[in-house]
Amino acid sequence: MSTTWEAVIGIEIHAQLLTRTKMFCGCELSFGDPPNTHTCPVCLAHPGALPVINREAIRLAIIAGHALGCEISERSVFARKNYFYPDLPKAYQISQYDQPICGPGRFRYLTPDGEQTLGITRAHLEEDAAKLIHLGAEGRRAEAEGSVVDFNRGGTPLLEIVTEPELHTGAAAAAFLKQLRQTLVHLGITDGSMEQGSMRADANISIRPAGTVGLGTKTELKNMNSFTFLERGITAEIARQTALVEGGGRVAQETLHFEPTTGRITSLRSKEQAHDYRYFPEPDLLPVVPDRAWVAEILAALPELPITRRERWMRDLRLTFEDAEVLADPPELGDYFEQVAALAPPKSAANWVRGDLRAQLRERDQEPWQSGVTPDALADIIAMAESREISMPSAKAVLTHVIDHGGAPRDVVAKLGLGAIQDESELMTLVDRLIADNPVQAQQMREGRDKLVGFFVGQAMKATQGRADPARIGELVRERVSAG
Amino acid sequence: MIDEHVTRHVARLARLRLTDAECDRMQAELSAILTYIEQIQELNLEGVPPTTHAIPMENVVREDEPTPSIPSELALREAPEVHGGGFAVPRMG
Amino acid sequence: MALTDLTAEQAVRAVTAGETSSEELVRAYLERAEHDDWHSFLAIDRDGAIDRARVIDAMPERPPLAGVPIAIKDALSTRDLPTTAGSRILEGFHPVYTATCVARLEAAGAVVIGKTNMDEFAMGSSCENSAYGPTLNPWDVSRVPGGSSGGSASAVAARQAPWSLGSDTGGSIRQPAALCGIVGLKPTYGAVSRYGLIAFASSLDQVGPFARTVRDAALLLQAMVGRDPMDSTSLEWPEPIVLPSAERLDGVRVGVIEELMGEGIEPGVRIACQAALDHVESLGGTLVPIRLPHAHHGLATYYLIAPAECSANLARFDGIRYGRRALDAEDLLEHYERTRGEGFGPEVKRRIMLGTFALASGYYEAYYGTAQRVRTRIVEDFEVAFADVDVLASPTSPTVAFPIGERTGDPLAMYLSDVCTIPVSLAGLPSLSIPCGLSDGLPVGLQLAGPALSENRLLDIAHALETAIGFDAVPAGVAA
Ligand SMILES: [Mg+2]
Ligand SMILES: [Zn+2]
Repeated sequence: MSTTWEAVIGIEIHAQLLTRTKMFCGCELSFGDPPNTHTCPVCLAHPGALPVINREAIRLAIIAGHALGCEISERSVFARKNYFYPDLPKAYQISQYDQPICGPGRFRYLTPDGEQTLGITRAHLEEDAAKLIHLGAEGRRAEAEGSVVDFNRGGTPLLEIVTEPELHTGAAAAAFLKQLRQTLVHLGITDGSMEQGSMRADANISIRPAGTVGLGTKTELKNMNSFTFLERGITAEIARQTALVEGGGRVAQETLHFEPTTGRITSLRSKEQAHDYRYFPEPDLLPVVPDRAWVAEILAALPELPITRRERWMRDLRLTFEDAEVLADPPELGDYFEQVAALAPPKSAANWVRGDLRAQLRERDQEPWQSGVTPDALADIIAMAESREISMPSAKAVLTHVIDHGGAPRDVVAKLGLGAIQDESELMTLVDRLIADNPVQAQQMREGRDKLVGFFVGQAMKATQGRADPARIGELVRERVSAG
Repeated sequence: MIDEHVTRHVARLARLRLTDAECDRMQAELSAILTYIEQIQELNLEGVPPTTHAIPMENVVREDEPTPSIPSELALREAPEVHGGGFAVPRMG
Repeated sequence: MALTDLTAEQAVRAVTAGETSSEELVRAYLERAEHDDWHSFLAIDRDGAIDRARVIDAMPERPPLAGVPIAIKDALSTRDLPTTAGSRILEGFHPVYTATCVARLEAAGAVVIGKTNMDEFAMGSSCENSAYGPTLNPWDVSRVPGGSSGGSASAVAARQAPWSLGSDTGGSIRQPAALCGIVGLKPTYGAVSRYGLIAFASSLDQVGPFARTVRDAALLLQAMVGRDPMDSTSLEWPEPIVLPSAERLDGVRVGVIEELMGEGIEPGVRIACQAALDHVESLGGTLVPIRLPHAHHGLATYYLIAPAECSANLARFDGIRYGRRALDAEDLLEHYERTRGEGFGPEVKRRIMLGTFALASGYYEAYYGTAQRVRTRIVEDFEVAFADVDVLASPTSPTVAFPIGERTGDPLAMYLSDVCTIPVSLAGLPSLSIPCGLSDGLPVGLQLAGPALSENRLLDIAHALETAIGFDAVPAGVAA
């Protein structure tokens, strides 16, 4: 009988914090500036230079800790993590070790299957490494002739979040990471861009016979810079381990690299020996003991957490999981939606904001909250459509006009003559004429091909330039066809 | 005590190339020093907290306000080798 | 009287009163610094110093330090001036910024004339570990000046500078001050900013003055002390440093550290210190025998903590951003190992190895962790002692200046040079050495230490004792 295997996955996330300056010096954070234009003796590790903690990084870590459901440590300590690499100018990274700023907790998040939680081992502050550019060999390290270092990114504040190994599939890992990212972005902790590397995830993966509790040898999978790659990478690594073990082999503890274009997994092991980081408390920095009143003040000033907001929408506004998920991200969209939903039926508001509004704006590279369509205007359009003052196609046309030219929706309706034909006799005359003009289709309808009602509605909309109410036309067509 | 294997391992961790003669000598000297140092392992230190800073202080932070960086010419001025505005590093292997 | 015989305080007064100029003073000292029979200096900035002196002379009002020259230990970063920390690995290095303490002195009107020799990266007690050759003791050129700030001490003893800056991690100001017959002050940890001090052991390093009098040392400290936003461990100083003026020691209780007055202390040193301490009672103070039960573990503790910290602090010297690199390395690993293997001297390598070992996986608790706990015990010993006394006294060095080469083959013997100064360093306390007599024609230093932040009191007591001792010997080769 063959064993079935269960994967055990823990995730480590590094998120760059949205501070103005670096973690331990006053150099401004930059993206895309010429190399080595944002450096100073501190972040270049010149002899005698010393680090000083950025208070804003502490504040953001406290907020993140709260959102992760972690304890905020009463006392946290920075430590030196020692290893030589050209992107690490001091040859130690200032990080946190046995006393991180956020202690254990559980992160709560929503998935289509309902609420989930994932254990968070810790979250700690550290500094990012600099950027290495490999020369020749299309930027690949192994074959490169040499490399150059750009220290602009070196020293950027990072929050490293470590989860418990409680996940079992790549899909579950991706679902978690999506929700985590949304939370961190919503709270202004990070910009969350995985493509640009401001949020990076590594996965620790092992397999064990299903139903057992021990842990197998784990590998660390790096470089998955999108949710899709994370899911694909983990899935591929689980398959690799399973095939290896089933073939009588053993999993080696190593660091692996997922190559998204080929789906291949390669070992990152170089000829350097295993690391011994020799952590010890950073003597140049003093312990951080966050003042309780300060922590309370930070938390009091926080916006509603994304999960709370979505739960409220699903409960009070009867939104589906999917509506709530889409509308909550980014937070500005959620704010916009809430303003519309205060003036129009929430479900319609959700449909319009998610649907036509975003679709039309996307073609113009705009976002709802930055567009000329105020929540008031959209609520007016929704109200006119729902009361059948205008037809659905007209409503969309009004929206287009407001986007492109502005103006109040009611004025636009009047100006474009889009008001729905309310006069029943006018509609009746139209329907009768269409039946007369299309006797074949009318006859087929009588013989039971009810689908042809759509044909007549289409003709009616064409004839009225969208001013007819399609639902009413449909009713009238059925009535008159059977009457004829 | 510290043997040749440990000496070589530590030298590698510290990225120090030692000649064979240096390594032998280092091993002997470190062994002598450690023998002296190990006196403190005899002390009863149960419940004694470690001291990292002799003068206890905490919460020394700075505001998140930019200070001027240095021009890149100055950043690169002392580098033994520069390439295209960056610090040149030998082949990583 | 030659200009170079003036104390710094007298020189400030003379310039301020218009009796001489900064330029004259600077030229007089440059003359002596350039005839450097003792190898006190690694670099001299003649043109820059004269330019700055002229600027000060042209000011409508003299700044507090009036353009009086100063020599700076090469461990301190000085913008555009060669700074090597006595190491081959920093040969040719010109920093892009100036250490806070030096910048403060310059802002107060001091004129830097040059950089002084030192044991490589401040690791040593004899100045023989400089990659650029040893400094010689002005009292006897066959002997060491002490270390690591040997060049700063010999420069002042040899009248090549009226005062100078050194740094003290386990005794590197006090011990050379003792061996060169001058005053050397290690302030409370955090009193003077470490920003720009090339780190040896971050939790112990402290910058301080060498001078010919306690008042001069106080004057220099006054201009440097206090919080620096660039150094998280620098202290907000509670009160201004006052120039000491006490003549009596009425009511002062001086604790004599029993562990440091007996075995291991050269008889000539003990006798000179005892004689100096006799003045305490004649000045109205009392002597109290004090025990520091963990003091004799100080050395072992120090030789774990300092190397551990240095192993990380010196990791940045990798030949990528500054300093020397090994030529033609095949790959990165070889680049690192050869750059560092060729760039560092034997003592530096020894300490990096020791510290790397003490922190390594499997050894951390037994070595570094244990040392940190013993450090707690040592701190507590001092707390208990200072409940009973105002200052503690002991010899600064167990011996007078020793012959060049005597201890270079035996690291442990060299380490024992700092047995008296290290416990104070581990506790971060202020401490100074004053000359208290001669033994076989070589100077002896008396170490005084006080509680944290007690500099004013400590300087006052030292001043009263200094006056009573009246040490006025000058090295034979130096007398004008
Ligand atoms: Mg990390
Ligand atoms: Zn910087």
